[in-house]
Amino acid sequence: MAARKAQTKPNVSAEELQGYYRDMLLIRRFEEKAGQLYGMGLIGGFCHLYIGQEAVVVGLEAAAEDGDKRITSYRDHGHMLACGMDPNGVMAELTGREGGYSKGKGGSMHMFSKEKHFYGGHGIVAAQVPLGAGLAFADKYKENGRVTFTYFGDGAANQGQVYEAYNMAELWDLPVVFVIENNQYAMGTSTKRSTKSPSYWERGAAYGIPGEEVDGMDVLAVKAAGQKAVAHCRAGKGPYILEIKTYRYRGHSMSDPAKYRTREEVQKMRDERDPIEAVRSMLLTGKHATEDDLKAIDKEIKEIVNASAEFAKESPEPALDELWTDIYA
Amino acid sequence: MATEILMPALSPTMEEGTLAKWLVKEGDTVSSGDIMAEIETDKATMEFEAVDEGIVGKILIAEGTEGVKVNTPIAILVDEGEEVGDVSAAPAPAAEAAPAVEASASAATAAPAAPQVDLTPDWPEGTAMKEQTVREALRDAMAEEMRSDDTVFLMGEEVAEYQGAYKISQGLLDEFGAKRVIDTPITEHGFAGIGVGAAFGGLRPIVEFMTFNFAMQAIDQIINSAAKTLYMSGGQMGAPMVFRGPNGAAARVGAQHSQDYAAWYMQVPGLKVVMPYSASDAKGLMKTAIRDNNPVIFLENEILYGRTFDVPDMDDFTVPFGKARIWREGDDVTIVSFGIGMQYALEAADKLAAEGINAEVIDLRTLRPMDTGTIINSVMKTNRCVTVEEGWPQGSVGNYISSVIMQQAFDYLDAPVINCTGKDVPMPYAANLEKHALITTDEVIEAVKQVTYR
Repeated sequence: MAARKAQTKPNVSAEELQGYYRDMLLIRRFEEKAGQLYGMGLIGGFCHLYIGQEAVVVGLEAAAEDGDKRITSYRDHGHMLACGMDPNGVMAELTGREGGYSKGKGGSMHMFSKEKHFYGGHGIVAAQVPLGAGLAFADKYKENGRVTFTYFGDGAANQGQVYEAYNMAELWDLPVVFVIENNQYAMGTSTKRSTKSPSYWERGAAYGIPGEEVDGMDVLAVKAAGQKAVAHCRAGKGPYILEIKTYRYRGHSMSDPAKYRTREEVQKMRDERDPIEAVRSMLLTGKHATEDDLKAIDKEIKEIVNASAEFAKESPEPALDELWTDIYA
Repeated sequence: MATEILMPALSPTMEEGTLAKWLVKEGDTVSSGDIMAEIETDKATMEFEAVDEGIVGKILIAEGTEGVKVNTPIAILVDEGEEVGDVSAAPAPAAEAAPAVEASASAATAAPAAPQVDLTPDWPEGTAMKEQTVREALRDAMAEEMRSDDTVFLMGEEVAEYQGAYKISQGLLDEFGAKRVIDTPITEHGFAGIGVGAAFGGLRPIVEFMTFNFAMQAIDQIINSAAKTLYMSGGQMGAPMVFRGPNGAAARVGAQHSQDYAAWYMQVPGLKVVMPYSASDAKGLMKTAIRDNNPVIFLENEILYGRTFDVPDMDDFTVPFGKARIWREGDDVTIVSFGIGMQYALEAADKLAAEGINAEVIDLRTLRPMDTGTIINSVMKTNRCVTVEEGWPQGSVGNYISSVIMQQAFDYLDAPVINCTGKDVPMPYAANLEKHALITTDEVIEAVKQVTYR
């Protein structure tokens, strides 16, 4: 019944491993900084941090090709950084400034980059799932060989429109990878309290969609599963489901007192399964990098993140006439 | 370097909070992620984690202190061997609140001037006309646009092999094939979302709802995804597409299948809303809708599908959005309507003419953008206005028109504007009750007599 976990005895180069370390660390440090700026009142509204889930997007981006698309929910900062969007533009959108990706009009939950094929950033739980199938529909229509990564959480996985999208995606063989980021909590409701069918990827079988469960704290396992899924889509065989088991260390949003789980549970995950620590330890034990190499990466990331925070503070608020632009094309 | 730890904002609305409890004391070493304090916000008690590592040099706010403003320094973190005195810089102040936005351009003007109105005819003089039903006109419009742009496709329930639940797509599958004329399962929320995603991805979908009643299953995708994305993306991407299908009451299909959504969609910035009456408008506006780079709600009417009108026999006939059509000129009263409401408006105008009352009848054709200029111009001439629509009275299209007239032509009014609408009830099934629930020509005549004091 359960899918085999992807084999992780890869032949991985030092350069590749260091790249994953760097990309995951960028997301973590960026999110920590965003949390700080939120605490200072520089970021308003809702702000959902990705800390703990970094291996999911970094692993899948490693399986993507140029021109492939991605779309996700409101916990979207990690996806944007992983697909190469500029940290300055993302942070400035968080602070609601002119230099943000949406000129300050979208905010944390609604950001887009046509250039990087990042289609949002959607604030309505699960709305991005049919949208992602639609992006794949357009690619199939144009016969351009592209694949769309459609991310959603275990919470969204109980929305009806997910299954409407599954049905049509398989019916029409759409090249879409449905990525369920199962971080075990839909806001404050654990998967145990929201379904008696907790193996979300298996639900695809009802529509004829294959899938598997993946260890989301292991970036190499995620990448391997992503490659398999993408190959399935590109071969014209229709959609594929990856249920990636992950964990968010922080609250659902910044205003989450997190009384639904224990400190010990979170700490245990941080101590034993941290995806960045895992790569760090692979790098050191495999002699792919020295402590000094990693310190240099840490320093480089810290500079990028600090620069993004500076940019996001310095960038002016949007001009008032921006209120009236971009309503109609 | 010593750093100040500031009272954090822990919710979108928090301005101050209670420092309920310190979980560290001066001299303790903390690292990133350690809980330092419990803070009571307006919502809940939250644990406050350390972001940086260091030693708690000094606690500035004692536990139990209430009303601690966000960004007040609450403690000082120092490095090993450092004194509390060297706190570096003052904390960056939070962004200043944006000044209030100036009132929009809709503010009433003191001395209204007659607005500029586009009076060019819809087709050149002398154009040959042919008789066509609204149904045929809609199909021809879609077919012509599909011939000229291969990114246009039609999807919906029964649009292909069944040839359309109301036969609007008759023949399209044969001409364009299954790739471009696509039967969907009965799954409005899902296929509306797929349509919006396809539009994001560079296609021009026409999404048919078998009726707009069923589009309520999909209204989140229409409004939250299609209408708002251009704005939320700072202009990077939007949804060039058409949502179309019959809207409003048919006959004897009861409450869940008989609702006019004109006023609902008209409210949404980012959408364009079209509601044609005649076949020529159905054709010309549909072609414009398919070419438009925005999401367009195209509200058709089942009863009108079979009506025959003259349609100009031209290669590429289009009607621009935001331009009303004056069906009949008159001096005594302005009747404003759209869609099937035009049937009552025109019938009433005929009967009123026999009694010596000359009504000017305006067909809005598009509700967003709305050609309010043509309405105001007419009211400046007639000094009276009656609006006619099938939808419910509260929050109606007529309500909006009344407010525009009050703001822009108040001094010209010789009588209050009357909104003729459907009755404020769910549509009943019984034939006699249904007839009573709908707007009638007699009600329009009665309203005109009231505003003309006859």
